[in-house]
Parts: sequence; structure tokens; C-alpha cells
Amino acid sequence: MESINGRSNGGQPTGGGASGGADGGTSGGATGALSSRTFSRRWILGAGATTLLTTGLTACGSSDGAGGGSSTLTAFVYGDDAVKVQQAAVDRFNKSAVAKSTKGKVKLERIPGAEYPAKLRTAMGSPSAPDIFYNWGGGSIKAYQDAKQLVDLTDTIEGDPILKSGFLPSVLAAGGLGGRQYGIPMRGMQPVILFYNKSVFTEHKLQPPTTWAELQDINAKLKAAKITPFALGGADIWPELMWLEYLVDRIGGPQVFAKIQEGDASGWGDPAVLKAAETVKELIDDGVFGSKFSSVSYTNGGAPAVFAKGKAAMHLMGSWEYSTQLGKFPDFAKKNLGWCAFPTVEGGTGDVRNVVGNPTNYWSINARAKNKDAAVAFLKDCASERYAKALVANGDVPTTAGAAKLLDASPNPEFAKFQYEMVERAPAFTLSWDQAVGSTVSTPMLTEINKLFVGKSSPSDFVSALKELK
Amino acid sequence: MSAPTPTKTPAGSPAGENGTPGGSGGSGRPLKYRPSGAGKASTVGRPHAAWALPGVLFFAFFAVVPLGLAFYLSFTSWDGLGDPKLVGLDNWQKMFDDDRMVQSLWLTVLLTVVSWVFQTVISVLLGVWAAGRQRNRAVLSAIFFVPFLLSSTAIALLFYSLLDPNFGVIQKNILGSSNGAFLAIVFVGAWQFIPFHTLLYQGGARQIPEVLYQAASIDGAGRYRQFYSVTLPQLRNTMTTSTVLMVVGTLTYFETVLILTKGGPGTDTAILPYLMYEAGFKSYDFGYASAIASFLVVIATGLSLILVRLTGFGRMRSTREGM
Repeated sequence: MESINGRSNGGQPTGGGASGGADGGTSGGATGALSSRTFSRRWILGAGATTLLTTGLTACGSSDGAGGGSSTLTAFVYGDDAVKVQQAAVDRFNKSAVAKSTKGKVKLERIPGAEYPAKLRTAMGSPSAPDIFYNWGGGSIKAYQDAKQLVDLTDTIEGDPILKSGFLPSVLAAGGLGGRQYGIPMRGMQPVILFYNKSVFTEHKLQPPTTWAELQDINAKLKAAKITPFALGGADIWPELMWLEYLVDRIGGPQVFAKIQEGDASGWGDPAVLKAAETVKELIDDGVFGSKFSSVSYTNGGAPAVFAKGKAAMHLMGSWEYSTQLGKFPDFAKKNLGWCAFPTVEGGTGDVRNVVGNPTNYWSINARAKNKDAAVAFLKDCASERYAKALVANGDVPTTAGAAKLLDASPNPEFAKFQYEMVERAPAFTLSWDQAVGSTVSTPMLTEINKLFVGKSSPSDFVSALKELK
Repeated sequence: MSAPTPTKTPAGSPAGENGTPGGSGGSGRPLKYRPSGAGKASTVGRPHAAWALPGVLFFAFFAVVPLGLAFYLSFTSWDGLGDPKLVGLDNWQKMFDDDRMVQSLWLTVLLTVVSWVFQTVISVLLGVWAAGRQRNRAVLSAIFFVPFLLSSTAIALLFYSLLDPNFGVIQKNILGSSNGAFLAIVFVGAWQFIPFHTLLYQGGARQIPEVLYQAASIDGAGRYRQFYSVTLPQLRNTMTTSTVLMVVGTLTYFETVLILTKGGPGTDTAILPYLMYEAGFKSYDFGYASAIASFLVVIATGLSLILVRLTGFGRMRSTREGM
């Protein structure tokens, strides 16, 4: 989930809300209980849970929301710069004829970045849950689906020609659960891309790699020139995850992780996972990430700076790397930032066109929402060309089917088209593992990945630890 | 589940856990000292029991009730949605079977001991030095106190930047190596809390009657002998207070770990409070998180009681008996 955070909360590690929250959480829960005078069992427990809570203060304090029966729909959204696209859509919707006919209005609530998942979870367990909420699809909404808190949108999408053919199929599929749809794509695509520093490549007469052998050749040449081949923000762990995601895909194909995503932990026993882990170990022992990567962070700008300054020649990162660099090192982003697909691995069965990353973000509807018609009407706007144009203007690449022709208006048409074609042509788009599996698996999974990267566990220990995760 | 509350300042925590220093002193005593007779006696006596009511209510609502709920949750399985399901001792069983728990417990003990030694040695020396009446000492003591005024999050972020391997002051892989990360946490904690404990020792040292030093110097004791034979024994009660605060504070030490290392590299700095946070707010396994929290409360309370008992602090014996 944090791979998204990296996009917009640069410099703000996740700890931001941690300190004062303990007390605030308590008071939020308690005042709520006092004011509403409903000491139901679940409510009291909610108040108790908030003492543990380091985020999500207002969730329990306010009393409006889903249960209120008002005609205003609350929408929780991840509060970064891209919110302006959603805000414009909300303003448009509230003035539209549909809003009048369905008697519904939408109110956007921006939740600051890193705290979003925890705040959403707390709110969804309370009487003030949002009616519509931003999410990453897949595992990130699994708990809500298990608790029957989601509106199944499969039939809505099937029955609506605009929604049905409006989005790239791989994107729509990646956000689903068990073949059912619970979300409508509402932001740009975020595939993981192999970025490289053009000036370093030119200086050392290198070409972007298409095969693993070529990559190793590049690595050797760079090391001889005392340049770290890859920047890696190992302290955040999720940049390490990207390496395994691509390696497993290229070695064993997308079905290896698909099996794990379905909840079959034995899928970790696939030889491709072990091979990927061994490859990672070789890269680390080879010094491909340098010697200090385990304390380098992406979110505080460390890894992007190492990359932009030419200390490292390549960076495997989500597409938001471009906007990160544009913000911090605009010259580098405009002139020297190159991009290509992750190379093939010899003997591997994965298609080089396969993509990993975050297909996009989705709006889902709370099953307790009173005015579902208005909510669905609001969501439909995401398939419109107007909405896609707003995304493009913001530098995002929409996941709508007809977005290709809009991309000339993008701040960087070349990069936007590369991304769009990459995703459009991808036979499979694997959702970031930490989003694809539930939180009870993703947390220990990330820990095991970190242990592998810092050398605390061997590739075979890694595999056996993952097989135990349920 | 009250465990996170003390994380903010260790100073505030023990008041809740064992009722020793500071805090809600009004909770028990007024009841006991309430004059038995009505009328005039109450106008001259101690405040009415009702005066304690705000404190008692506050404490009950924000400490006792959440604590009880956390204890209840530790016997349930709850992901934050729907109703908790009772699962008996599953979470506690899981906790004692968990390999990470063993490592975490060991790390917590290690952090507590190392922090105690490091902070106590420096605080005693600084505190005794600062107890002198010279003006320069007063000025420097005021400066030394500054770190304690900063929020722990701000301090952790500051050190996180200072320790950045590429752009920091010390460009080494400190936070990415097991020992380096652990020592960084010890150091940052000490940097933050030594000023507070220095203040305690400064106050303690100033309480020592001058005559003791005069007598010692007549007996031929030099400066160091005076320190060992007069100052240190006289600081016994201060040391108990400071130790309890340090131990309980370290047991609930959290923000620094979250910001500096996130429990890493691997799991090598994942102390108990961090493990609790991870279980609760990363995995949304509130039952298990509550079990860890309850366990922490038990340890912290137990340790405080043992310390108070062992040092004789509980009997409130004066260090100046017989003087």
C-alpha cells in the first residue's frame, strides 16, 4: 500500500501521526460515546480499539455518515495532490441533473496519505463509515468484502455499456476479488518501470537492457566505473518487493503469484519464487544495490536523489518516479530520465510484456450507503472523457479504454504513451503483492522480504517462511 | 491497551501504573483523611472526597476502561470490522509460540538494560554537576534540558535525516545494520531523556544536606570519596524513581523505532511495542495486538513493583534516617 504513498508524501515517513495519536484516539472514542449515548457493545469496543489507534481520530467522533440516512454521501479519498481531479468531479456531480434526480450529493473527505489505510479501517468499523471510499482493489478490500461491507458492482458494470467497455480490461480485472468487481478505476495507472539515467548510459556507452544477460553486462561495466548499478530504497521495504514481483513474473509467469493471491500459501513453494530469491541474493552479493541500500529510503527522497545525481544508474520504481523527479530534480526528469520494461530472464516463462505495480485506484461503495443510486451515478463519471482529460492534465495516465488519443495533452506525452501502451498490451497486470494479499499476510510478507534483502535469511529460509503465512 | 498512552512521555506513565510519583495523587488519600465528624472539622480538614472525582473519572475513563477492554479484546479475534469473536486463549497461545515474540522480548530487555546503564551513568554525573550553584552551570543545565522539550517524533525525524546514508552527517549504513540500528535507538532515546533524568538527579543532589559533605571532608574524604560515600547513597530514592521511569518508558518506547528503523533491518529492532503496533495497525489483528499490549502492561507493572520492593522505596524510608 505504501508504494502509492511514495508518490506524493515525499519526505514524510509514515510516522507522522504516530505520536500524539494515542491520546487523541482515546478522546475521540470517548467523546463520541458520551455524546451519542449509545453504549452498544460494538461501540464500546470501538472506543477501546481507538486507544491502540495512532491515527484516525475523527472517525469515531463525528456522528454523521453512512448510518445517518442523509442525502449527502461521504467519500474518503487519499489526500495527495491528485485529489483536485476528484474534487472537480464532485463539484460537477453535485450540480448535475443526476444529483437532483437521485437526490444525492457527494462530500469529499481527504485523508492525509500514510494514514489512509488505518483511518479507513477504523472508520469502516464504526457508525461513521464513508459511503464511497478510495482503495487499491484486491487484498486491500478483502476484509471489507468478508464483512459484507461492499456493494458488488459486477452486474452494474455488465449492464452499463460505458462502464463495461470504458476501462482497460487488465486494470478492471486487477481490482476485483474472486472474479467479482467491487471498484471503478478512478486514478492514473502506476506500473513499475525500469528507469535509467540517460547521461550515465551515454557516457558509458550502454543500451537499456532487454535480457538478464544484458543487464548483468551493464552491471559489471557500471561497477567497473565505480557507479552503483541500481538505486534501492531498502528502508521502505516496498521498493525491494518490486524486484521480487518482476523476477517471479519473468521466471515463472503471472500464474505463480495468482495462485498465492487466491489464498494458496503453498504457491510460495513454486520453484520460480526460490529462483527469484536466489537471483536477489546474487544481485546483493554482487553489490548491484551498493552497500548502504538497507538504510536508504525512497519516501524521504534518498533513493531518487542518488539516482538523479548519477551515483546510481538505474532505478526500478513505480511510474510516480517521474513526478517525484520532476518535483525535486526537474532538469534530470526532463532531459536525462529514460525508461524501459523489465528485461526477460533466461529460461523464464514470463512474457516480457507483463506488468506489475498498481493498476490504478478504485472507488468502492459501502453496502450500508443509503443512496446507492447516487453513488453509482457518481462513479460512472470516472469513465467519462471529461474525467480522463482532467487526469491527463494532472500528469496521470488514465485507465480508460479511449485514453490513448488524449495523451498528447499530457505534460510528457512520450512517457504517458509509453505507460499506456505498456499497460494496454500487457497480457497480465499483477497487482503489487502487498495490495493483492490481505493485511495479515502482507505485513509478515514484507518483513520476510526485508530479511532476505538484508541477509538475515537465505533464499530457502525465505521460501519456507512464506509458505507458513496464512 | 493503555500501553500506547505512556509512550508519549515516560514521565506520565508510572503514575497510572503504580501510583508512585506525580499524577493523580488525589485519588486515594483524601478519602482516607476525610474527617470523621461533620460540620466545623471539614472546613479546616483535608479537601472533600469529591475533589478527587475529576481525577478518578478521568483516570477511569482513559486508563482503566481501555485497559479492561484491551484485556477483553486479547481473548477475541477482531479485525476492526464487525463484532469481535471470542477465541479463548488463542492469542496468548500464539504469543508464546511466536518466534518473533521471543526475539522481541529479548530485544526489549536488552534495550531496557542498555538504555538504563547509559542514561543513568550520564544523568547522575550531569545531575550532580548541575546541582552546583554556579551561574554557568545554571545556564548550561537550561540548554541541556532543551531536547526533552522537543516531541519524540521531531527528534526521531531529525536523527533520521542526520543518519541518512547518502546525505546525512554520518554517511554510513547505520540504520541498515543490526547493531547500528539498535545503538542508534539507544542513543536517540538517551539524547531525549537524559535531560529529564538529569533534572531529577539535580534536584536530588541539591537536597543532600551540606553538613554531610562537611563531616566527610573532616574525616578526610576527597572529592571522589564524597561522591561514592555521600552523594550516591543519598540519591538512592531518586535513583529508584528515575529507574522506574526509565524502565517503564523504555518498555513502551515506540515512535523512535517506527521512524528510525520500522523494526528493521529484518526484525532486529522490533521491540514489543512495535510488534504490537504492527499487529494492530498493519495486520489489523487487534486481538493479537491487545494480547501483546496486555502482556506489556503486566511486565511493566510487575517490574515497577519489583523495583520498588527491592529498593525499599515502597517503605518510603528516608535516606537521612538517624540524622
